[in-house]
Amino acid sequence: MGDSKLLVSSSPHLKDSSTTSRIMLDVVIALIPAAAFGAYFFGARVLLVILATVLSCVISEYIATKALGKKPTIGDLSAVVTGLLLALNLPSTIPLWIAAVGGVVAIVIVKQLFGGIGQNFMNPAMAARVFILISWPMQMTAWVLPDQSDAITSATPLSMLKLGESTLPGYKELFIGNIAGCIGETSVLALLIGAAYLFYRRVITPEIPLTFIGTVALFTWIFGGDGLFRGDFLYHILSGGLILAAFFMATDYSTSPMTLKGKIIMGVGCGIITSIIRLYTNYPEGVSFAILLMNIMVPLIDRYTIPRSFGGEKKVA
Amino acid sequence: MKALKTLANGLLKENPTFRLVLGTCPTLAITTMAINGLGMGLATTAVLVGSNAVIALTRKLIPDKVRIPAFITIIAGFVTIVQFLLQAYLPALNETLGIYIPLIVVNCIILARAEMFACKNTVFLSILDGLGMGIGFTLALVIMGSVRELIGNGTIFGFTVTANLFDPAIIMILPPGGFLTFGILIGLLNKFTNVKIRKTGCQGCSMQCGVSSSNKEVGAQ
Repeated sequence: MGDSKLLVSSSPHLKDSSTTSRIMLDVVIALIPAAAFGAYFFGARVLLVILATVLSCVISEYIATKALGKKPTIGDLSAVVTGLLLALNLPSTIPLWIAAVGGVVAIVIVKQLFGGIGQNFMNPAMAARVFILISWPMQMTAWVLPDQSDAITSATPLSMLKLGESTLPGYKELFIGNIAGCIGETSVLALLIGAAYLFYRRVITPEIPLTFIGTVALFTWIFGGDGLFRGDFLYHILSGGLILAAFFMATDYSTSPMTLKGKIIMGVGCGIITSIIRLYTNYPEGVSFAILLMNIMVPLIDRYTIPRSFGGEKKVA
Repeated sequence: MKALKTLANGLLKENPTFRLVLGTCPTLAITTMAINGLGMGLATTAVLVGSNAVIALTRKLIPDKVRIPAFITIIAGFVTIVQFLLQAYLPALNETLGIYIPLIVVNCIILARAEMFACKNTVFLSILDGLGMGIGFTLALVIMGSVRELIGNGTIFGFTVTANLFDPAIIMILPPGGFLTFGILIGLLNKFTNVKIRKTGCQGCSMQCGVSSSNKEVGAQ
């Protein structure tokens, strides 16, 4: 806010105590259970990865805003959220310098070069994850099982499913998070605790996560099995990064639609793309690509879902 | 003096890649290695100098109505010569550049220089313009190829420079890396040469219509 006591702005003139930094703080709080479960299962190295991405994000945010002649925005905690989300989307074995490069890509290229907070056209953490996945596919898929502390690589449940292995982890392991995978995506329980907090704080609304997960469930139930309607949809919901992405990444304010209709389109679109990638391509997991593809559709969705004002013109856009 | 100015024009002031943003298709597609950029740049330069010279020579003979087909025919002739030369003497480079050699025919840089310069100027100046533009294009491609090869493969012109200190980021030699490098290089060049960017929207447009300010365009922000 400016120095003047008199503020002139367009409607709506609502007064609310929520600020950017408060919302970001809520997201950080909501991610703590997932990070804690990750650290418990995969060991103390998880904390180093989180430290690397968060520090890299905050430092690049500071340097980028300075270099571009803007007001430093590290105080709003958005860089911390990006860093934390990025860390939770990486395997615990990732070399720390790669994690740090991911933070720089997220903040400098995806966020600041496009105008800073609120102007990014893609979710920065997700774009950085895809950048790392394409750049260093070997390091990005070096998964370890939680109980084997010395790096014995193992497949994630989704890639086991893809390879057609017979002994898959049970639902209970998937729910608690005792499986191979990215730091923050394995424990559905911890993620749901965080999501519940966000719903309680009204930071996110349920449309996108529910339609996203529901579409994946429906699609994998119909097409995921040997015949139609015989797919193991519960397995698809509980494994991979679906829960993390649906609640924490797809709901990012600047890269998701504004209206109810738009949010439903976004969720269904993410779900369909995720299911197609999981079932029919070489990649075991498609959540990140799905969200990025839908992110770039958001301006279009927003344009065609403008609600008609009461008594207003029938057709706009 | 004018000759020197014409020659230098293509290097930075009207660099075909970074300033005029012409010929982006080969720019993005073949700059995965510095050597490809050099080969593509020199091949284009050869065609550009030849076609500019012939078009300037025949500029009084070509009727205005059929000038574009005439230009294309002349350009295609030079591209065929260059392709045969490459096939004969540099088959490996010809193999790597592949379809992008015949596609020089429809490269916007060459047609743009024919239309904007060669058909209005003398043969000597047109050759210099072709040379300047060609060198500018070659420089741009070599810079882009070097950056992408260095980060994406750890080498420049095939020599290992990073001493394998880090694992290269493969994305840089894939299509997304091309767009990233291209955008960032244009941005840096504009930043350090103080280019005035025209305002977008109604302020930057000379039309008197005021379309985007009318109340129909609710979606435009």
